[in-house]
Amino acid sequence: MLTYEFLQHYWWFLVSLLGALLVFLLFVQGANSLIFSLGGTEEGRRLVVNSTGRKWEFTFTTLVTFGGAFFASFPLFYSTSFGGAYWLWMLILFTFVLQAVSYEFQNKLGNLLGTRTFQFFLILNGIMGPLLLGGAVATFFEGSNFLIAKDNLVASPLALDSQDVALTPIISQWANASHGLDALLNPWVLIFGFAVMFLARTLGILYIINNVADEDIRSRGSVRLLGTAIPFVILFVAYLVHLLLKEGFAVMPESGLIVMEPYKYLHNLLTLWPLSVLLLIGVALVLYGIISTILSKTYIGGIWPTGIGTVLTVLALLLCAGWNDTAYYPSTADLQSSLTLANSCSSEFTLRTMFYVSLLIPFVLAYIVHAWRSIDHKKLDKQEIATDHAY
Amino acid sequence: MTNILLNINAETIDWSRAQFALTAIYHWLFVPLTLGLAVIMGIAETCYYRTKSDFWRTTAQFWQRLFGVNFAMGVATGIILEFEFGTNWSNYSWFVGDIFGAPLAIEGIVAFFMESTFVAVMYFGWKKVSPGFHLASTWLTGLGATISAWWILVANAWMQYPVGCAFNPDTMRNEMVSFLDVALSPFAIDKFCHTVISAWIIGAIFVVAVSGWYLLKKRETHLATESIKIGAIVGLVASIGAAATGHKSAQSVGEVQPMKLAAMEALYNGGNDQGLTAVAWVNPFVQPDYENDGEAPLRIAMPYALSFMATNDIHGYVPGVNDLLNGYTRPDGTTEPSVDEKIQRGKAAIVALADYRTAQKEGDLTKAEAAMTLLQENMPYFGYGYIHDKSELVPFIPINFWAFRIMVGLGCLFILFFALVLFLVYKKSLTTLPHWAYWVAVIMVPLAYIASESGWIVAEMGRQPWTIQDMLPTWVAVSDLHSSSVITTFFIFLVLFTTMLAVEINILLKQIKKGPEYTH
Repeated sequence: MLTYEFLQHYWWFLVSLLGALLVFLLFVQGANSLIFSLGGTEEGRRLVVNSTGRKWEFTFTTLVTFGGAFFASFPLFYSTSFGGAYWLWMLILFTFVLQAVSYEFQNKLGNLLGTRTFQFFLILNGIMGPLLLGGAVATFFEGSNFLIAKDNLVASPLALDSQDVALTPIISQWANASHGLDALLNPWVLIFGFAVMFLARTLGILYIINNVADEDIRSRGSVRLLGTAIPFVILFVAYLVHLLLKEGFAVMPESGLIVMEPYKYLHNLLTLWPLSVLLLIGVALVLYGIISTILSKTYIGGIWPTGIGTVLTVLALLLCAGWNDTAYYPSTADLQSSLTLANSCSSEFTLRTMFYVSLLIPFVLAYIVHAWRSIDHKKLDKQEIATDHAY
Repeated sequence: MTNILLNINAETIDWSRAQFALTAIYHWLFVPLTLGLAVIMGIAETCYYRTKSDFWRTTAQFWQRLFGVNFAMGVATGIILEFEFGTNWSNYSWFVGDIFGAPLAIEGIVAFFMESTFVAVMYFGWKKVSPGFHLASTWLTGLGATISAWWILVANAWMQYPVGCAFNPDTMRNEMVSFLDVALSPFAIDKFCHTVISAWIIGAIFVVAVSGWYLLKKRETHLATESIKIGAIVGLVASIGAAATGHKSAQSVGEVQPMKLAAMEALYNGGNDQGLTAVAWVNPFVQPDYENDGEAPLRIAMPYALSFMATNDIHGYVPGVNDLLNGYTRPDGTTEPSVDEKIQRGKAAIVALADYRTAQKEGDLTKAEAAMTLLQENMPYFGYGYIHDKSELVPFIPINFWAFRIMVGLGCLFILFFALVLFLVYKKSLTTLPHWAYWVAVIMVPLAYIASESGWIVAEMGRQPWTIQDMLPTWVAVSDLHSSSVITTFFIFLVLFTTMLAVEINILLKQIKKGPEYTH
């Protein structure tokens, strides 16, 4: 059962699931980007920050594990994308570093930079984090500007002897000097990036409405929900239509050659019909959570349907990017350099070993849920901030 | 696809190394305190759980508060380290990603989630979960951090002593063939024990120093004296343990990285019955003329000690730098080839690999088989094929020599220090010491960090030029980046980390000055 092909698809599923969970957990960033909007007073802002502050490490850890899982299962992606799109990933990292310290430092005595600085850092991460991560994900469909030549590993030492020129045998090369920032010049990458950003803000509002027991903040959230949900829906639908109509990067199963195929992603969804079902259920749940919260003044559970819907939708899209003989990290500089599950994955031995490790994941999820429920069974309020440990 | 022959500026390699070193040095300012304080606050909370005394609750919460200030920076610098393997060392990520990626992924799945889940319960759960669940969360936070250390040190140890892998010429990378060999490598076990135990020393010294300051100021006397008891016991056990595991680590280094050991000792010409250099004049800024100097000037050595340290035999053979460069015969009669021969065999491996690839493309199976045989014969020296000159194989001796001595010297000092503190605890005279004695405790904090960072300097500078020992030199491991990009990110990180460190230190000092928060 554990064939090499199965393991490649299994690991793409796990990476996609981590990516989907990461997008859901970006509610932390989304709420942080609205600190001043949701919290009308300093006390209100503190409530918002403390509410997301109890969850930020889940987002952070999921991002780290997403990277680690990619490294272990598809090292050529790790090598090519991180080393090539250097600036795109560095900007993402900078904003997440700023976020990590902002919670603990902002209201502490002796904070040299002042509370406002750290609130600004949270907002910066809240906007740039989802935008850039969304942009990075969009390159799975839109392509990136890189070349791969594994023979460089042997070519350059030989050239050294013959030409006496210092050459370094690097196998992956970005085809322009922008090192990843060129992706942001593609309007569809931006549309997807902004869709993720507005989705994060929508999720952030729904989470705060659910997690904070404060009428002022809840009513502010309800008012702002429509303003963030509408741009999200417009941008998402626009990108989804574009995706279904665009040509995609297909892999010839026998030869491994990459070719352009019209309506590739539409074909993927039709061939792998359960993904279409997943996508439709996901979108329906996202909309249900948003609309229910807008229509009802007492409904505070919107984060759950919208959150679960987000996970299902993103999971379906990411699976659509890699399964069904599709190049998941296409190269626009050289089509045959594109990364596929088969040409970029780890060895069968490593994937199988990691398969056994991955069986721990349900156990990990179980204790996360248990711990989360223990902390969240009482909603956060001003009294708790005043009397208990708080940021 | 035509081969791309890249011409990477030497600056890119140097700045990539500098950026990784910068991130690692900063990361290691925060992580050992996290690991060390985790033990202390766990013990304090266990005392609370057993006694239900408000005093122990306050004590545990106080150390947890300081833990929290430090924790975030460890997390923030850690994520940068993980991603820098890809951003700055992309060739490395492909060449050994099949092996190296696994420990990082396991670290995320097993350790990071445990740490991040239970640290939230530890901070915010005092009034929300049962005392037993809270105590378990506190220990699990520390356990998560320790398991995280295990996997990242497995990864680091593999770079120093690559095992459980084989090169695959079809995929042009090394692939894992034995997970257990990687995960339970003796080198990894030694490294883990030595590193984590040394982190406990930092935690213990921090606790003793903060408590000493309170005694100096004649405040929080109860918290200070009880914390000193815990800190001194943990510290003494850990510093003796660090000495024992350090001995074992040095033996491992002698076996698998003899050039590192020779650099640590400034041992130019080796032999039997080698003494351990106690002091010698090695100019800190200049690589010595190891080819012509017999030994470092003004050398005073402890007779036979180096042979014993490296081989457990006072007459054991220890090779020096020149022996390693020129080749030598071991006591068992086997011969270690000279570096020149290794370089030639490395080049032969690379040529054989190129021939194999060409033959495969042309469908010439006979030629491919012949090339494969040649490749396998010379594969152990593959990395040497990228070496231009044998002098590149000698790490910068002065930094290794001095960093090793600083680490060992301070390690011995810590044993004395903790023994003395425990003696004072036994005499019940902690509160009546002269002022300077408390300041000694405070001064131990920077010394502990110097010792710890020195250890990492030896570990990482001593293995140069290898990213992976004998397999991949640093200049083959980098990403295709212009040096200006790496220089820019280096300085961004420098400013960012330094600013945040300044903020953290200031907050820690204010929190200490403020003291514990008593709730009745």
